[in-house]
Amino acid sequence: MTPIEQAESISSKLKLNRVSLKNFLTTQGILIVFIICLAGFSMFSDRFLSEENIMTVIRQASMIGIIAIGVTVVIIGGNLDLSVGSMLSFATVLVVDLHDKIGPTNAIIVMFAMTLLIGAINGLLIGYMKLNSLIVTLAMLSAIQGITLIYTGGQNVDIANQDATWFAVFGRGFVGGIAVPILMFAVLALCVHFVMRYTSYGRRIFAIGGNPTAAVYSGIRKSRCVFTTYMISAFSVGCAALVLGSRVMGSQNNVGQGYELLVLAGIILGGTSLMGGAGSVWKTVIGVLILGFIQNGLLLLGYPYYTQWLVTWVIIIVAVWLDLANQRKRLFTSHS
Amino acid sequence: MVNVKNISKVFGGIQPIWLFVIAITVFFSFMSEYFLTTGNFMNILVQTSTIGLIALGMTYVMINGNIDLSVGAILALSAALAVDLQSYGLPVALFAAISAGILLGALNGLIVWKTGVNSFIVTLGAMIGIRGLVFIYTKEQSFYASDFAFSDFGISTIASIPTLGVIFLVCCLIMHLVLTKTGHGRNTFAVGGNREAAADAGIRVGRHMLINFMIVGFFAALAGITLATQMGAATPNLGRDYELWTITAVVLGGTKLAGGFGSITGTLGGVLAIGILRNGMNLMQVPAFYVLVILGAILIAVLIIDQKVNRKSGQEVNV
Amino acid sequence: MTAPATNNNQRSVDASIKPVLRLEGITKRFPGVVALNNVSFDVRAGEVHALLGENGAGKSTLMKCLAGKHQAEEGSIVLEGQKVSFSDPMEAKQHGIVLIHQELSLVSDLTVAENIFLGSLPLKWPNRVDWKKLRSDTDKILSRLQCTFRADDLVGDLSIAKKQMVEIARALVFTPKIVVFDEPTASLTDHEKPVLFNVINSLREHGVGIVYISHRMDEIFALSQRITVLRDGEYNGTVDTAQTNEDEVTKLMIGRSLELDHSSKPTEFKENVLEVRNLSVEGVFKDISFNVRNGEIVGMYGLVGAGRSEIAETIFGLRRPSAGEILLEGESVTVKSPHDAVARGIALVPESRKEQGLVLGLNCRDNITLSTLGSVSSLGVMSPKKELEIYEKYQRELKIKTPGWAQKVGNLSGGNQQKIVIGKWLTTHPKLLILDEPTRGIDVGSKAEIHALIKDLAKSGYAVLVISSEMPEVLGVSNRVIAMYSGQITAEFNADTVTEDELVQAITGQHKPASGTPLHAAGV
Repeated sequence: MTPIEQAESISSKLKLNRVSLKNFLTTQGILIVFIICLAGFSMFSDRFLSEENIMTVIRQASMIGIIAIGVTVVIIGGNLDLSVGSMLSFATVLVVDLHDKIGPTNAIIVMFAMTLLIGAINGLLIGYMKLNSLIVTLAMLSAIQGITLIYTGGQNVDIANQDATWFAVFGRGFVGGIAVPILMFAVLALCVHFVMRYTSYGRRIFAIGGNPTAAVYSGIRKSRCVFTTYMISAFSVGCAALVLGSRVMGSQNNVGQGYELLVLAGIILGGTSLMGGAGSVWKTVIGVLILGFIQNGLLLLGYPYYTQWLVTWVIIIVAVWLDLANQRKRLFTSHS
Repeated sequence: MVNVKNISKVFGGIQPIWLFVIAITVFFSFMSEYFLTTGNFMNILVQTSTIGLIALGMTYVMINGNIDLSVGAILALSAALAVDLQSYGLPVALFAAISAGILLGALNGLIVWKTGVNSFIVTLGAMIGIRGLVFIYTKEQSFYASDFAFSDFGISTIASIPTLGVIFLVCCLIMHLVLTKTGHGRNTFAVGGNREAAADAGIRVGRHMLINFMIVGFFAALAGITLATQMGAATPNLGRDYELWTITAVVLGGTKLAGGFGSITGTLGGVLAIGILRNGMNLMQVPAFYVLVILGAILIAVLIIDQKVNRKSGQEVNV
Repeated sequence: MTAPATNNNQRSVDASIKPVLRLEGITKRFPGVVALNNVSFDVRAGEVHALLGENGAGKSTLMKCLAGKHQAEEGSIVLEGQKVSFSDPMEAKQHGIVLIHQELSLVSDLTVAENIFLGSLPLKWPNRVDWKKLRSDTDKILSRLQCTFRADDLVGDLSIAKKQMVEIARALVFTPKIVVFDEPTASLTDHEKPVLFNVINSLREHGVGIVYISHRMDEIFALSQRITVLRDGEYNGTVDTAQTNEDEVTKLMIGRSLELDHSSKPTEFKENVLEVRNLSVEGVFKDISFNVRNGEIVGMYGLVGAGRSEIAETIFGLRRPSAGEILLEGESVTVKSPHDAVARGIALVPESRKEQGLVLGLNCRDNITLSTLGSVSSLGVMSPKKELEIYEKYQRELKIKTPGWAQKVGNLSGGNQQKIVIGKWLTTHPKLLILDEPTRGIDVGSKAEIHALIKDLAKSGYAVLVISSEMPEVLGVSNRVIAMYSGQITAEFNADTVTEDELVQAITGQHKPASGTPLHAAGV
């Protein structure tokens, strides 16, 4: 179909030029929203842009941020992970409960081992057995929640002597004046960003998310790569559990409930498409920070914390409209 | 995705979820003498009716090729409205609750229709935002029913069957008939099964999607009201995780996540399976948490069986 | 050539009959390209009018303009003496113009009846489906088509041929005036074809005008009354079927491209790189044996669905053979996966560029290095320098025209996209290069370039297997031609001495009359 194909390519080139401003708005739009938010809040509250406040916001956002980085990798690979909330509950309960029983070091090792085991189960079912990731991780959400409750017998757990353990460093410590959760968030973000952008592994994940068939036809071992994305996601949950357990020095058995959706909200806000093959850690960091600053800004303005949920909704709708043309094109290509 | 059609052929046309329902019914009646009593069955019926009502609407949306994550939040908002507005009279309160559900459903549907964006994203946003609305409206307080007729309704019976159970079963019947017998029902399948072909054939794809989101909004609101009548109250956190339970029930019932296939009978089986498991294990004094694990395991098992049954050897490229 | 064709037209037996449908001076432009230039075409009531042309000649575009999927910029559609224009397929259908697609547009979990009446279910108050009417209407249509399946059968359970019948049945709902068949027999077996032909003849007897698009000469000559040929988006003549022959039509269709450049073909072959012995995949192909040597180009020629791509996929590790063996450089191997195939030096340029060959969201450089990520990275970290070197090398060698390496491949023309896929495989330095339909949907200029490239590659020592359904391509590039018909190799020829007739017979199963039902025996 000679002329048509040429025409298609030419017309898409033309479009590319014409919508470049719009392209800029959609790709950088979220950054603009971010800056407007910051500017808006700082007009109404002097404290908002103070260094102390910014650090507080980032510190609070780092919990969701750490998990969101892992889930971003899964999503770029073309899948979903809804099990991270339950996994967070499980890992936090585990590390807190074992802390007094086998010591902090062993507790951390066991916690990571168990978390990665769950990630491996996800990866096995989705990567190697090629099951639908939405349903598998939904099932895992329920199952892990159950396992956590069975493990604790429905009780909450805590660490007896909170002042005497170095375990406190993860949630409460500072290194060079910066809170450890922020450092963990930053280091994880930089590492995963590097992996996704500058390694062959990252390239493979983008290819699989973009076109799984073409990736396989190019000799990429899709099953293995998908498997590893779930390991990364599980690892990030483990890190978040360290922070959470150490900050609270205890854990309710449903502490991570609903995190999977907050994490997704952050990722979507950042502009990573749920279709796979596109997106970046950088975008996710922005998205999560926006969530954090909205929450904080609204609190400073005297609105209750739940007002941020409404605002998040509105922003998602706006982002969706901005992204409209792009998304529609993608939908059609994925359908045919 | 789950294509129960082929599995059911193996078992002579009976939906596999019903085989499972029968199996666990037999199992629990051996395990507990209280299980196989009329009273207990009425309990199960009432307990499953809340998730069940939402699942009816969710079945439509999922057959249509979409998903709605905002049902739990809509349920909470409607429950709060139904309880709080009773000072203006029960009809006003109920009308407001139902209207809110339908309107929010319409909003979801409209955004999905007009932007073409994945319904998962749209309704995830709505889920968070509507929960925010609930908290803003209730100021984090619980409301208690002032009209005794409201709370009495929740424990009333019709011909010794709990009214809530009757409502659920009647809704099941209606929704089953609408899905199998009406133009809208059949077009819902067509749109979910092959959207482009449906559009080419002149079916108004967007309108059917909008209607289905309104239907699920209506049922989420109705479930909110029935739940509030049982409790005589509405709390701001009502309905959390219900979207996940509902989707689980619908998928267990054999509805395809990708759309184009599913049934109300299957969904009824799905919600009953969850209800019976919970009830039976409760009677056996097994902590409720085990149900969560078993449910997850069953869901994955269903996926695996489905894949094994549907995969033809050698015919497919191994991608 | 146009002049004698018009004469033919005037000499035709029922020239006095006025056409039901007339397309006049249709011009369809896509930005930068004229897809159809001033094309005229007409259909009479009760005739089968065949539309012929090479891939990309504009047949499908013309029919899409007719059926309301595209809107022509110039020209008019005259239906029964009245000028009409359709903004969407539904409107065209309501005017009695139905297009039956190559790709089926059915809903597999609905019944036959529901699919036939998709979008126009008979309804009773309030919105209830009138099943009784639906069934009886469907039964009427099905019995007219002599279908063996029933109104309540699920479409998903039907064979492809039966699904096609459902598509045709759908056309009958609107008491059609014009039915367009776009390659209807591509997926039918020989036993199923006569049923389709009966249907077409019965439609014709009912006064319906049929447009029949196909590549198969035998069908066209058996069915049609007139043949119109398009070439490169232009009208190239209409002839009466009774007064022409295949040679004449082929010339009209192909014209210049039969002048083949045999001279530059590779001539030196060494030892076997690939040898396939009695390879079978149950239900797809069976007992396939052939070999490809160093420096040799072997063409595999056959119709769509003959099992050619599936053989390639099996060699590439995407399918498990049920019998037989694959030998690479004399050694029997089991190719477990594409990854394994790449490691063993096999490369496959797949049939569908956009679905299997490219990741459209990635840029040119990333696509070219996709199969050789190991060599452009050290310890897993990509080396942008090495990557760019590789990209630039192949961009230069293959003459890929792009604004730069960062351009998304989705924005390139078909020819350049295909060069990127070929480039991707050259980076892996394979021993065996399999190209499946290497020039499908590619403009004439790029086509020639890719053909030259394939020959050069073979001369530099690659063993090349080219799968194609275009005869000029197969004859033009390959040394040997393997002909396939319904999952089996029917013959092997020397590409320089074989005649077109021999080839056509081999791929349509004609030289083995026992295996298929001849068209004429089916009452066509």
